[in-house]
Amino acid sequence: MKFGIVVFPGSNCDRDMMHALQDDLKQEVVMLWHKDNDLSSFTTDDCIVLPGGFSYGDYLRCGALARFSPLMEEVIKFANKGGKVLGVCNGFQILCESGLLPGVLLLNDHQKFTCKNVYIKAATDSNFVGKNAGNTPRKIPVAHGEGRYVADAVTIEKLTANNQIVFHYCDENGEVHINSNPNGTTNNIAGICNEGRNVFGMMPHPERACSDALNNIDGRAILEAFAKMN
Amino acid sequence: MKYTAHINVMPLKELLDPQGKAVNNSLHNLGLTAVQDVRIGKHITLHVEATDKVAAEAAVKDACSKLLANPVMESFEFSITEG
Repeated sequence: MKFGIVVFPGSNCDRDMMHALQDDLKQEVVMLWHKDNDLSSFTTDDCIVLPGGFSYGDYLRCGALARFSPLMEEVIKFANKGGKVLGVCNGFQILCESGLLPGVLLLNDHQKFTCKNVYIKAATDSNFVGKNAGNTPRKIPVAHGEGRYVADAVTIEKLTANNQIVFHYCDENGEVHINSNPNGTTNNIAGICNEGRNVFGMMPHPERACSDALNNIDGRAILEAFAKMN
Repeated sequence: MKYTAHINVMPLKELLDPQGKAVNNSLHNLGLTAVQDVRIGKHITLHVEATDKVAAEAAVKDACSKLLANPVMESFEFSITEG
């Protein structure tokens, strides 16, 4: 099993993700360039990661231009075959723009870029990420200007009924309420998955919370889930 | 024939537009209290080569639906002029 991390022009969390997976989780990692158009060395046991950053300078809309990178066409095919895909922050935005996940991430309701530690907890154990992360609140950093998850009422209802909401923002005691919502996101949603439970998007950065040197390893269980699956 | 498309992309009415809200508040602070419901979108212009206006409209509509606007969050409208 190996991880492939896609590097777009403007990605800035690709190396953090590499160090977390390679050095902290001892996983095999391959860096992929967005202009490549070959994922033939990856099987559905592997995982493609879309890292955080500002792909294409966030021009037009966050993730809108990255979605048309040659490699993204392959990532979409890979996901549709059942391959595992994780999008963090800008990666989540790209997954929404590409249609692999429903909805969209809009400007935070308070209009500010927000960069701080928040708490999240799994909303369900019906997917391998939520199951591995468990019910404990985890302290994970967020760093985004556009993290307000929005979808139409029917989609939100479907996501909820189908247990596709993976993480909620909560407080340190695990309570999910308006005061623990950092950006105005619908129903405190911090991360979701697709119907097939192989494509995951989340705004918080687990890769920034995997190392003892960073004094926070709450993100490990989240990334480990993708390695453990096999 | 060369045509110019004038495209407006606006956030959907039912969605909160924090940028519009902030500008609305600033206008009120300036004393322009009669101003209401500020919403901020994008204006995009582009040239398109097409055999006629109908073909140009089809090309622009395609561009809007595929990339320039995201229907989950935005609506678009455009007009086309010759030249």
